[in-house]
Amino acid sequence: MNGLLAHRRAALVLPPLLAGVAALAIWQAVVVLGRIATFVLPSPTAIATAFGTVAPDVVTAATATGTTALVGLVAGSLAGVAAAVLAARLRVFDEVLSPLSAAANAMPIIALAPVFNAMFGSTSPVPRRLVVAVAVFFPLFVNTARGLRQVSPVHTELMRSLDATGWAFTRHVRLPGAVPHLFTGLRLASSLSVIAAVVAEYFGGRQDGLGSRITSAASNSAYPRAWSYVLGAVALGLVFYLVALLLERLLSPHTRRSL
Amino acid sequence: MTGTAAVEIRGLEQRFETRRGSVHALTGIDLRIEAGSFVSLIGPSGCGKSTLLRCIADLVTPTGGEVLVGGVSARRAREEHHYGIAFQAAGLLDWRTVQRNVELPLELHGVGKRDRAARAAHLLEMVGLADFARMRPAELSGGMQQRVAIARALAEEPPLLLMDEPFGALDEMTRERMQAELLAIRERTGTTVVFVTHSIAEAVFCSTQVVVMSARPGRIVRVVDVDLPTRDEDAREHPSFFAGITAVREALRGRPVRGVPAGLGGDDR
Repeated sequence: MNGLLAHRRAALVLPPLLAGVAALAIWQAVVVLGRIATFVLPSPTAIATAFGTVAPDVVTAATATGTTALVGLVAGSLAGVAAAVLAARLRVFDEVLSPLSAAANAMPIIALAPVFNAMFGSTSPVPRRLVVAVAVFFPLFVNTARGLRQVSPVHTELMRSLDATGWAFTRHVRLPGAVPHLFTGLRLASSLSVIAAVVAEYFGGRQDGLGSRITSAASNSAYPRAWSYVLGAVALGLVFYLVALLLERLLSPHTRRSL
Repeated sequence: MTGTAAVEIRGLEQRFETRRGSVHALTGIDLRIEAGSFVSLIGPSGCGKSTLLRCIADLVTPTGGEVLVGGVSARRAREEHHYGIAFQAAGLLDWRTVQRNVELPLELHGVGKRDRAARAAHLLEMVGLADFARMRPAELSGGMQQRVAIARALAEEPPLLLMDEPFGALDEMTRERMQAELLAIRERTGTTVVFVTHSIAEAVFCSTQVVVMSARPGRIVRVVDVDLPTRDEDAREHPSFFAGITAVREALRGRPVRGVPAGLGGDDR
């Protein structure tokens, strides 16, 4: 039984792992054999060497960017969920917010970064956190609102038969029913928050995060170093995604589906 | 409480306004359901049997007439938790354990935690699910889920139990077992039951009266009294059971809309 499980897990992990190793090998071969210039594409070994030397700084920069992403993610998520609950309770709010959010969702939020920098001053941590919060707001609002709206008619009748108040209905039926949707939104938002935080740093402001490290390394033609920070960003995004996934597993146990 | 019917309906009319015009769902319904009886509502789809049940439950407000439940208006009866209700879909909350699903009505009405747990344990014992209290609804079969829904409906010991095709989604074997269990529960609690079904055998086996309805507009054709010597499995073989089935079947088939042959009922849209 246990052996079978381990076997199945290996079967799940092994193919992507092998594919990754093969991709790296091909990458190395193409760069070395094809004599590709470093500024076009550095080889994996060159990136690994550069990573070795800057590793402590990658961690520092990732911590700064991670803080930005986390603060923005928490603030934006809370706002998104709160707005969705209000929209479910008050029709006026729904009619105003839903079309507005659809329109805003089509807008590239990152474009706001320079504007926020000007508004709050480029030494402040607020503008980039705000970019993340705004970017994250929409997936949470849209998904949670959808979950809150999906109430089965039998639950509506049941709660009416029990003479439940509007808030009791929200608390016992709407909100718990929306939890799986909320976590779908959070999973989307988790990687989005890191992307938004990194890209927001491209537009100036404090020079302590991964985004600013990537741009400065690239402008100094230190391409393997730039790639090292990109690697840091990838790892950071993965960490955020996995934590969101873990939270979903822990807090939404009745939605044990697949990954 | 002699003299007060469990449910009393006088001159009930129900119209629904739809985009394609007005639908006359129920007309001229007069019905008195005595306390302690088991009354089934049966009829073809569209006869308004579920709507009638919802009028009693105050989930639908009639456009005319009067509905009294336990001597008070249907609305007050609902607000005073005078009835428990079970639907065709069990309608359990997936995120709550079986026990907490049964506790829901008590929780909403401010019963303390310990009393809730004790009551839920008792009810789950009664429906034979004591060992499943900590499970989630999704881990139970359809029949078990329906038993949880019945336990939930009985949580506040209501004098009236309303059931809308509660066994409609179950297979025949499970269904017959559930009918027997429901009768056993009723025996113990003395609850009046109003039961919507489209199964003639189910109606006759469970009921003291079968209210036969017909469609367009929905109305009561006849009330068949059922008198079975026992309500155990042997009753399904008893001549009086077959007599009941015949009576209900005749009422369902015969006597179409006055003056209009069956199948040619006017579609007045």
